[in-house]
Amino acid sequence: MGASTDMRRLNVFEALGDLTLYHLNQLGRMGQFLVRCLVSMFLPPYKLMPVVEQIHFIGAMSVFVVAFTGAFTGMVLGLQGYYSLSQFGSESALGSAVGLSLIRELGPVLTALMVTGRAGSAICAEIGIMRNSEQIDALECMAIDPHRYLMVPRFAAALICLPLLTCIFDVIGIFGGYVVGVKLLGVNEGAYFVGMYKSVVWGDIYMGLIKSVTFAVLIVWICASKGFFLHLERKGGFGAEGVSKATTNAVVLSSVAILVFDYLITAILL
Amino acid sequence: MQKRPPVIQLINLEKAFGRQKVLRGASISIEEGKTTVIVGASGQGKSVLLKHMLGLLRPDSGQVLVHGKDINRIKKKELTRIRSDIGVLFQGSALFDSMTVFDNVALPLRERTRLDESAIRARVEEKLSLMDLNEIDGKYPAQLSGGMKKRVGLARALVMDPKIVFLDEPTTGLDVRKSKEIYRLFFKTQTQLGYTAVIVSHDAPKIFKLADYIALVADGKVQDCLSPEQFQLSENPYIKAFVMDTMGKIYFGEEDPL
Ligand SMILES: Nc1ncnc2c1ncn2[C@@H]1O[C@H](COP(=O)(O)OP(=O)(O)O)[C@@H](O)[C@H]1O
Ligand SMILES: [Mg+2]
Repeated sequence: MGASTDMRRLNVFEALGDLTLYHLNQLGRMGQFLVRCLVSMFLPPYKLMPVVEQIHFIGAMSVFVVAFTGAFTGMVLGLQGYYSLSQFGSESALGSAVGLSLIRELGPVLTALMVTGRAGSAICAEIGIMRNSEQIDALECMAIDPHRYLMVPRFAAALICLPLLTCIFDVIGIFGGYVVGVKLLGVNEGAYFVGMYKSVVWGDIYMGLIKSVTFAVLIVWICASKGFFLHLERKGGFGAEGVSKATTNAVVLSSVAILVFDYLITAILL
Repeated sequence: MQKRPPVIQLINLEKAFGRQKVLRGASISIEEGKTTVIVGASGQGKSVLLKHMLGLLRPDSGQVLVHGKDINRIKKKELTRIRSDIGVLFQGSALFDSMTVFDNVALPLRERTRLDESAIRARVEEKLSLMDLNEIDGKYPAQLSGGMKKRVGLARALVMDPKIVFLDEPTTGLDVRKSKEIYRLFFKTQTQLGYTAVIVSHDAPKIFKLADYIALVADGKVQDCLSPEQFQLSENPYIKAFVMDTMGKIYFGEEDPL
């Protein structure tokens, strides 16, 4: 009786230790993976075409959804901002409120979340299927480095596209706020833009840029490595179900990581 | 005759997946320029053995020596160099499923050589016509039959003119004529190019004609690695049983009820 409870207690600790080791292990390999990818990105030979293809997939094909989200985010900011600000009789500050919240926070974060949903999930699934059907092993046996061949174009494309998509989001969002605030609710047009012009400084744009670059790395890193290490998943990364689980995990994990890093970067830069 | 040092040497490999011990002290030497055929029942660890030779799996204990160097200890760069002389056909073909047949075969040339596109085209088409695949070079792997995938994989494995060739069940899923043809082709290119070959096959006893050495994997070990003649006369119980099973009718005059 006593022995068996002891055993169970031991098993609980064992399981806990197992879990900890597994996660430490995973963190270690993901770290190594990131370093390898980033290092090979800066070493020659550089190949342009694969990067262009990925820019098309990660960037160009996200433009519509990013523009759409940007428009509605800006519009709702115009609406909410107007009603909050009008309570204090300071509707004229609407431009600066919309501009600052878009450029500093919502632009980079929402763009990154949209790209995670659109491209991150696809990256994870694609790499995961390649892992499952031994295609990555085949690459390694052909002496083709999968980090360079598969990952570098994706990292490069994301690093180029996310800041640009964020800019699109910001501009369209500001315009959406303008349509609602100025055209619909009658805020003074000059006040909207001059207020924004006066309150947004270079530091704000810089912060947005830092964020979007960081999120680009986070998205590709988490999504690609979840697929790449599919065969090492603790509860079996096999078959279609393994891929779908890993993809879900990757999207959740990178969304959470985006929000956490958003806070951290804000806290450091403010 | 002077014996050349082995190209690949597995020494006392042990490998477990979870609780399942697949290899329990497997050792084998692969001689240069020879064809070694690995036989054994399904699920005995033949593919696992091959993956250790390629450095895709890490043994729990034991060593994998390629050209005398432990491939789990050497630098990545050196491993890449060793692998650039290797051609592999995986059991599941492992074709890149988002690329056409042509691009699959061309990939190693594009990534590892500085040939221009027309030279690449020439070489790929030569290999594809060897395998009778000219007409399908624009198709995707998902549009091919199992046997065709195998042949595409074979073309891809041979396109770089490798020094060592690993073929995991190259003819499983092919009809008799096609598989004969592949072996004939293989024999021809091997005498021409003199590469070292490691073939996993279920085509005993046909494959014995092609083999310089035959190794039987059973019970987590390589039971023995012998020339075809010695293999058929071996006293090892596993080998004896295998020979009985595959060749009983011919060699022992027994009636096979099936
Ligand atoms: N990646 C893996 N994870 C877990 N078990 C594996 C793995 N690869 C192979 N095995 C197991 O190892 C054994 C040998 O497999 P394999 O080498 O593919 O057999 P075969 O001799 O038919 O090629 C099988 O029982 C298989 O279940
Ligand atoms: Mg096998």
